[in-house]
Amino acid sequence: MTGDLYEDKLKELQHKANEARELLIPMLVEAGSGHTAGPLGMADIFTAFYFHILNQDPKNPDWADRDRLILSNGHICPIRYVSMAQAGYFPIEELKTLRKLNSRLQGHPHRTILPGVETTSGPLGEGISQGIGIALAARLDKKKYYTYVVSSDGEHEEGNTWEAIMYAGKMKLNNLTVVVDRNNIQIDGFTEDVMPLEPFRAKYEAFNWDVLEVDGHNIRAFVDAINEAHAIYEKPTVIIAHTIPGKGVDFMEKDFRWHGMPPDLQDVSGAPPKGQQANEALKRLRTLDGKITSEHEA
Amino acid sequence: MLNPDLKLNTKLFDKDVEVKPTRAGYGQGLLHLGETNPNVVALCADLTESTHNHLFAEKFPERYFEMGVAEQNMAAVAAGLGVSGKIAFISSYATFSPGKNWETLRTTCVYNQANVKIAGHHAGIMTGPDGATHQATEDIAITRCWPDIHIYVPCDAVEAKKATIASAETALPVYLRFTRDKTPVITTEETPFEVSKLQDFWTNENPQATIFAMGYMTYYALLAAKELEEEGIQTLVVNASTIKPLDEEGVAQFTAKSQAVVTVEDHQVMGGLGGAIAEFLAKTTPLPIEFIGLQNTFAEAGSPKELLEKYGMDVTSIKEAVKKVIARKK
Repeated sequence: MTGDLYEDKLKELQHKANEARELLIPMLVEAGSGHTAGPLGMADIFTAFYFHILNQDPKNPDWADRDRLILSNGHICPIRYVSMAQAGYFPIEELKTLRKLNSRLQGHPHRTILPGVETTSGPLGEGISQGIGIALAARLDKKKYYTYVVSSDGEHEEGNTWEAIMYAGKMKLNNLTVVVDRNNIQIDGFTEDVMPLEPFRAKYEAFNWDVLEVDGHNIRAFVDAINEAHAIYEKPTVIIAHTIPGKGVDFMEKDFRWHGMPPDLQDVSGAPPKGQQANEALKRLRTLDGKITSEHEA
Repeated sequence: MLNPDLKLNTKLFDKDVEVKPTRAGYGQGLLHLGETNPNVVALCADLTESTHNHLFAEKFPERYFEMGVAEQNMAAVAAGLGVSGKIAFISSYATFSPGKNWETLRTTCVYNQANVKIAGHHAGIMTGPDGATHQATEDIAITRCWPDIHIYVPCDAVEAKKATIASAETALPVYLRFTRDKTPVITTEETPFEVSKLQDFWTNENPQATIFAMGYMTYYALLAAKELEEEGIQTLVVNASTIKPLDEEGVAQFTAKSQAVVTVEDHQVMGGLGGAIAEFLAKTTPLPIEFIGLQNTFAEAGSPKELLEKYGMDVTSIKEAVKKVIARKK
């Protein structure tokens, strides 16, 4: 069970998330390709996972009783890599190798070369299924670990995703929690233009899941939702986390063109001129006092 | 003559030779694994009896997962089990798995190195009256191109049980191919089985051609060899129950004398057993090869016998191919 989140711990997590964003931008610039909006948008949730929720030991990544965090939409792996480096799975320095030859940090995560990565992912729609298999193994072995799957809203256009949702509902997998990054964007535009997902909540409910919705930048609300998911015994739980893609860098926020593009590669209207985007992004990255936590808070 | 060292079925050429579907061997092998290894689990996509999963399902209901008609989910759930200490056997018709779920298998099982065994049933035109939609004739081609996978195509039900049990011995993904109809039992319990080991079921001192056959087609290759012998033509018939990793030493050894090859498979001639043999020989000792199999076409509904005849895969076609390849040597 996830521990209480006291005020000082919350503050520490918010600082960690801010640091994660500061690490992300130069990492993406160095890589020269990759995705920007999703990783920035999920920085708060990954921070909450790695520094408060997950029962893991970075020095013993294969520990049999560890909680499993599966990243289904593998393309946002830069934020997972950052959180893992911050947590001590590998040196921060290694982040610079993202997408480079001989690197353990593949453009989409690969299980067999980076300890702590639970599955190989990237092709969309496969993570919930893999999480189900891992949760079923826990059930067979009477192990207490939790299986969490981070998924994107866009990959709910894949048929495989709904096969998995149907099956987890059938199996009443209460040791499985899915977190959907509901940031409303995908490569070709806004999800509701490309392929409407709403009524999203009702779809999960119809497949016999418990559904929680939170502001994905409110770490306390997210941790509360995880705790509530643990308390639900008769169903799997999905937490629909409403996030802002590109969160923290104003000229990237809510702009789907930053889905699959790093800073400095291409001019985007409204963004600073080519060559200056990374510096500008770092400069304009809102600090904690600025304030980078939930925008829906009182 | 039949290789006496391999203790093959002595009644093989009898009219009333015992027949049994290879999928029955799978069911028995899976049951044996369930009894001997608590980490073996089985998943099936709404085809429990037809893929002979029922024996395992009845005995180990807690380790049996009915996945419904959802082959992609089945593949990736198996991957999750396979990276969590389980040995996951998944079953469907081969057109759907590894057909429909190919990329899911590629990413979550093969590249991910999950301990998953893919049992593809109702493979080949042997599936008969269901028609080409249900006759998997490209499954070897689409799995053989995956790095590290093992591919076993047992020639009969007895070998199918052995191959199924052997598949659990490697932690790598394995593709197992089975057929629907009852086919002659060629081997016996005493016939040695070893992964990646070609065996000369029909042997000769001075073979003029070597026939490499896969699956139940080995039976038709043996019938052809027997008739050819009566006509004075000596051949070898090599049973290729492992397509990958290919026994390259065996290919070299069994072609050293004959210097001519016929490959026989119930599969497209592109990318299957013939492709594997040809790729190897092209690199080492290029030889004339004739390919028996589907010649760049889909088949259709019909009885297996009718289909083998129409699509040039029956005993007569194999014999003609042998004579043709021998002529090409000269």
